[in-house]
Amino acid sequence: MIHSLFLINSSGDIFLEKHWKSVVSRSVCDYFFEAQERATEAENVPPVIPTPHHYLLSVYRHKIFFVAVIQTEVPPLFVIEFLHRVVDTFQDYFGVCSEPVIKDNVVVVYEVLEEMLDNGFPLATESNILKELIKPPTILRTVVNTITGSTNVGDQLPTGQLSVVPWRRTGVKYTNNEAYFDVIEEIDAIIDKSGSTITAEIQGVIDACVKLTGMPDLTLSFMNPRLLDDVSFHPCVRFKRWESERTLSFIPADGSFRLLSYHVSAQNLVAIPVYVKHNISFRDSSSLGRFEITVGPKQTMGKTIEGVMVTSQMPKGVLNMSLTPSQGTHTFDPVTKMLSWDVGKINPQKLPSLKGTMSLQAGASKPDENPTINLQFKIQQLAISGLKVNRLDMYGEKYKPFKGIKYMTKAGKFQVRT
Amino acid sequence: MTDSKYFTTTKKGEIFELKAELNSDKKEKKKEAVKKVIASMTVGKDVSALFPDVVNCMQTDNLELKKLVYLYLMNYAKSQPDMAIMAVNTFVKDCEDPNPLIRALAVRTMGCIRVDKITEYLCEPLRKCLKDEDPYVRKTAAVCVAKLHDINAQLVEDQGFLDTLKDLISDSNPMVVANAVAALSEIAESHPSSNLLDLNPQSINKLLTALNECTEWGQIFILDCLANYTPKDDREAQSICERVTPRLSHANSAVVLSAVKVLMKFMEMLSKDLDYYGTLLKKLAPPLVTLLSAEPELQYVALRNINLIVQKRPEILKHEMKVFFVKYNDPIYVKLEKLDIMIRLASQANIAQVLAELKEYATEVDVDFVRKAVRAIGRCAIKVEQSAERCVSTLLDLIQTKVNYVVQEAIVVIKDIFRKYPNKYESVIATLCENLDSLDEPEARAAMIWIVGEYAERIDNADELLESFLEGFHDESTQVQLQLLTAIVKLFLKKPTETQELVQQVLSLATQDSDNPDLRDRGYIYWRLLSTDPVAAKEVVLAEKPLISEETDLIEPTLLDELICYIGTLASVYHKPPSAFVEGGRGVVHKSLPPRTASSESTESPETAPAGAPPGEQPDVIPAQGDLLGDLLNLDLGPPVSGPPLATTSVQMGAVDLLGGGLDSLVCPGPLWIGGPNFVAPPAAAVPASLGAPIGSGLSDLFDLTSGVGTLSGSYVAPKAVWLPAMKAKGLEISGTFTRQVGSISMDLQLTNKALQVMTDFAIQFNRNSFGLAPAAPLQVHAPLSPNQTVEISLPLNTVGSVMKMEPLNNLQVAVKNNIDVFYFSTLYPLHILFVEDGKMDRQMFLATWKDIPNENEAQFQIRDCPLNAEAVSSKLQSSNIFTIAKRNVEGQDMLYQSLKLTNGIWVLAELRIQPGNPSFTVRLSLKCRAPEVSQHVYQAYETILKN
Repeated sequence: MIHSLFLINSSGDIFLEKHWKSVVSRSVCDYFFEAQERATEAENVPPVIPTPHHYLLSVYRHKIFFVAVIQTEVPPLFVIEFLHRVVDTFQDYFGVCSEPVIKDNVVVVYEVLEEMLDNGFPLATESNILKELIKPPTILRTVVNTITGSTNVGDQLPTGQLSVVPWRRTGVKYTNNEAYFDVIEEIDAIIDKSGSTITAEIQGVIDACVKLTGMPDLTLSFMNPRLLDDVSFHPCVRFKRWESERTLSFIPADGSFRLLSYHVSAQNLVAIPVYVKHNISFRDSSSLGRFEITVGPKQTMGKTIEGVMVTSQMPKGVLNMSLTPSQGTHTFDPVTKMLSWDVGKINPQKLPSLKGTMSLQAGASKPDENPTINLQFKIQQLAISGLKVNRLDMYGEKYKPFKGIKYMTKAGKFQVRT
Repeated sequence: MTDSKYFTTTKKGEIFELKAELNSDKKEKKKEAVKKVIASMTVGKDVSALFPDVVNCMQTDNLELKKLVYLYLMNYAKSQPDMAIMAVNTFVKDCEDPNPLIRALAVRTMGCIRVDKITEYLCEPLRKCLKDEDPYVRKTAAVCVAKLHDINAQLVEDQGFLDTLKDLISDSNPMVVANAVAALSEIAESHPSSNLLDLNPQSINKLLTALNECTEWGQIFILDCLANYTPKDDREAQSICERVTPRLSHANSAVVLSAVKVLMKFMEMLSKDLDYYGTLLKKLAPPLVTLLSAEPELQYVALRNINLIVQKRPEILKHEMKVFFVKYNDPIYVKLEKLDIMIRLASQANIAQVLAELKEYATEVDVDFVRKAVRAIGRCAIKVEQSAERCVSTLLDLIQTKVNYVVQEAIVVIKDIFRKYPNKYESVIATLCENLDSLDEPEARAAMIWIVGEYAERIDNADELLESFLEGFHDESTQVQLQLLTAIVKLFLKKPTETQELVQQVLSLATQDSDNPDLRDRGYIYWRLLSTDPVAAKEVVLAEKPLISEETDLIEPTLLDELICYIGTLASVYHKPPSAFVEGGRGVVHKSLPPRTASSESTESPETAPAGAPPGEQPDVIPAQGDLLGDLLNLDLGPPVSGPPLATTSVQMGAVDLLGGGLDSLVCPGPLWIGGPNFVAPPAAAVPASLGAPIGSGLSDLFDLTSGVGTLSGSYVAPKAVWLPAMKAKGLEISGTFTRQVGSISMDLQLTNKALQVMTDFAIQFNRNSFGLAPAAPLQVHAPLSPNQTVEISLPLNTVGSVMKMEPLNNLQVAVKNNIDVFYFSTLYPLHILFVEDGKMDRQMFLATWKDIPNENEAQFQIRDCPLNAEAVSSKLQSSNIFTIAKRNVEGQDMLYQSLKLTNGIWVLAELRIQPGNPSFTVRLSLKCRAPEVSQHVYQAYETILKN
């Protein structure tokens, strides 16, 4: 199982180590540094690295490498999922997950890690259980602790640990009982030069924020559940009910959690809400290139597209760009060759465009590759797949909760080839 | 207010200062001090000097302080074992605490202190905690057993913790069950022989129940454990699959992949006609696709596994090509994997899309990726014949881009396309020749030279082109030099008049000026060929080449089947069986897919053929030519029936063998009768000298043989059966049998090379098995095995190898290596090769033992159609070391009392009842043995011996 964990910052310093079995010397990380050097970019470091006696599995999040050391045959996904859980827990505890924050809270971090694994076996990874065992630091609590001499460590066995609903503690009380659900869909798409769709799929999630007293039992039903044929559930969802009735029946976790994630890949169901017209041309003879892009709405079901952001990695040969946007601001970094254009809202009457010239290295031949345009956008109050919640019912408790559902569509990995 | 203040003291007296604070009377100050110590520890500073002071803080009601001290102890106890003892009392006391959290914490921490002396004190508290009323404590204790086992395995066994752990599998709490499974799996990994996870339908049922209720991590442990189970029939397999499928919708990708493993493995047992089979196939696709929308690291592992899955069952993802299309900001390791899978999924239906994508990729920035994309286009052409033309034109387009590495890569793959579709696309050669100058990589240069040589007759200036390469001959890499040599010889054979000078030049360069033996030898061969017989040279050099196929990229089927059993593990990421890379060779058990049971189809699983039936029941193999030859030679030599049958090779080299210390091969002669009467006559009572003779005393045996007087004590030898068919081992066919002669066991192998290349570097290895069978000498194949050649080898075995109980008991898993690859097969050996020569029990002893063995250990069998009388039976069995101790006649029945002993010292007692008048010639056999599991196999041995 998981032997040790090293946290390494982007400049290659090991700033935290934790061992759950015998101590593994930090020199094992040298193999990691070698791989890091070879990969040139942090994102490209391979997630599994063999060394003579160990295997190093790593994830790169928030500019920190989380490197787990294993010695025997362990499912790598198990380790990587666990590392993600560590990142999420840190974020949950400290608001952000960064090197200074981890260093500031090093003892809490250490205590939390100790609770998460025992002998390399996961022990408590649900954040509500962890928070009962080790209270997250707050300014107020630190002050109180200093005065009263009480501690950050809970001395009672967390109630969720062994119950059949480990994701919920007993005796939860709220004065305002509310349950909010966010249906968020991300479109991943590749659009080719001519504007036709090569692939498009929707990654959807329903995130819940439930603050309800007692042990409520909720049922969520959809207008069109047939859309959901590829789903992953939070453990609280009763799978049998879903199989037979296509409704979500569950005792919710307390607080924020991801109820469901789904995947819609059937091509006809994925509407593409924006289009990009582009004209990027290099000429062999001239050291100037033409650049022009226009963004416009396509299938938006009458909603506004906001938060539009265009980024593109320009070829190495491009020295500089002189461009004028019809709206928004743009920047070009001559070192990384990254062009970004913060467009904002799209007004269908007056389409935003960015025009101008690129100056190329004099005498060099025209670049081999065409830049790919990356698009980000947001559409409020729309789930692009058409998924709609029908109703939400609560059983098991007497009060009347406040319920709310929000929809949002975002661009995921949305790429336009030129 | 933050912990970073703990790092600020860097003065000289830091340790001293901390020491003072730790011994302070104020609780708060103490706690702060311990925090500082922990903070230093986390960044790797050595604070072990503070050990006694920190341990003094342990006796406290403050749980946080206690936990902090425990953290410290775990880290440093090993370096201060004597000091660590001081902590024991507190631990023992805490294990009695009314608060389950503290009890669990104590037992958990104690297990992490890797000091021998402490483990002694741990046993009692651990025993209590394993039976604690609180499930939280029990689940913690279960893990603690695994920790303790890691420190002191013997102790855990002696204390009976393993049994307690096994009992926890039936615990009422699913979390306890999951942890018990996890602990047992970990222990089993270092103890492959222990058979800890004895899975049966009842325990499987319990696991499946717990699966629904435990945490995600527990589900992974349970699923991985389930995957090791072999259901008894397809119905059981289906019911397990049905209960596992809901896990495919879990949010944790590791759970999903472990569930996929179970399903992929058990699917093997389901008939393809079943409706459920189709349903299951459909259910597998969406979760695999979903894994690809996860974080890149997860995607990578998922893709490596999908790569295996699409090779095993391409139908699952055949419609999902698009999800493998590459996004330009995917990490490079994801891009390369996606590309690989795209090619595997490429078919006539989707090839247009795939090609368009590949062309797009070939203009990306990342050089490695672009190269692989270009190569992929070539692989598509080879895989999908209809697309070849389009692929070639795409490659030509790419060559027009003049991007250096794209051109080179394209030329390398076009060479492969020529090999696959000869005489079809030669029109493009002109375009290729235009780019000759830009080639600077050896592989591309070699490919181009090959093309020029192969199609020299169509290229007008082929001689000029090749000559231009020849100028810098010595600076080229070996690959290019060899290719150039061959190409020029080809050219010469095609256009002899104009190129005489050129060929002489290259031959002299290769043979006289080069230090490279390969090059020199190839040069000489060509030279001699050309000078002795140009016609023959033409036939050899310009011979028609076998077509290449896309299968070269596929994982070899037996390995693939093994890897399918390892989905989700590191083995699946590396596409190697764990035995190939897991540290220390901790006796990894080879896994195999379960055989299809109820299906009427022919078996697909690799191991069913050898494992399905004992070798004795296999249909006789038609003797190969070589065998017949051997037989004839045998007759000519005229040895006695019981004499050593000579293998073809030993006939050829007979003289050398006798002189050159080849005695061993005569002591363990390889039998050669195929399908004929295989029985070896029993030894004459008067010549027991050879009984139990040590292996080394070859001379006396030799004397016996040559004089033709004595008869060897030799057991029944089954005819050779094919163990490893050529199609599963890249052309190597292995058949064989087991023999026992004069106290030594040997495995007689017949290796046939059915491939087109010479095989060398043979080696053999056995997996651990029930009786510790192991090769006593390395596998000696004296000469390289050329195509269509067969060699007979007798491999002496001993029984001092490591032991692990196998299922079935007489299963033997073998790995054979040659210069091409490593192959695995398994076979069943007849148990009588293990019957030792001194298996005759004293009469009194026999009576006592017979009474002593409880009646439930007695097993009854019937052997039908055995028309032998008691005399014949007795003598027949004796030759296989089954000794008759007494004989009685009761009511017209002959009763034989017999004993035999196995190599590992297990005695088997037998009572044989023969009814001479019985029309069906039935012999009744009762076996008594302290290890009743061998009875079935002993019975089989009886039957084989008596019926042959």
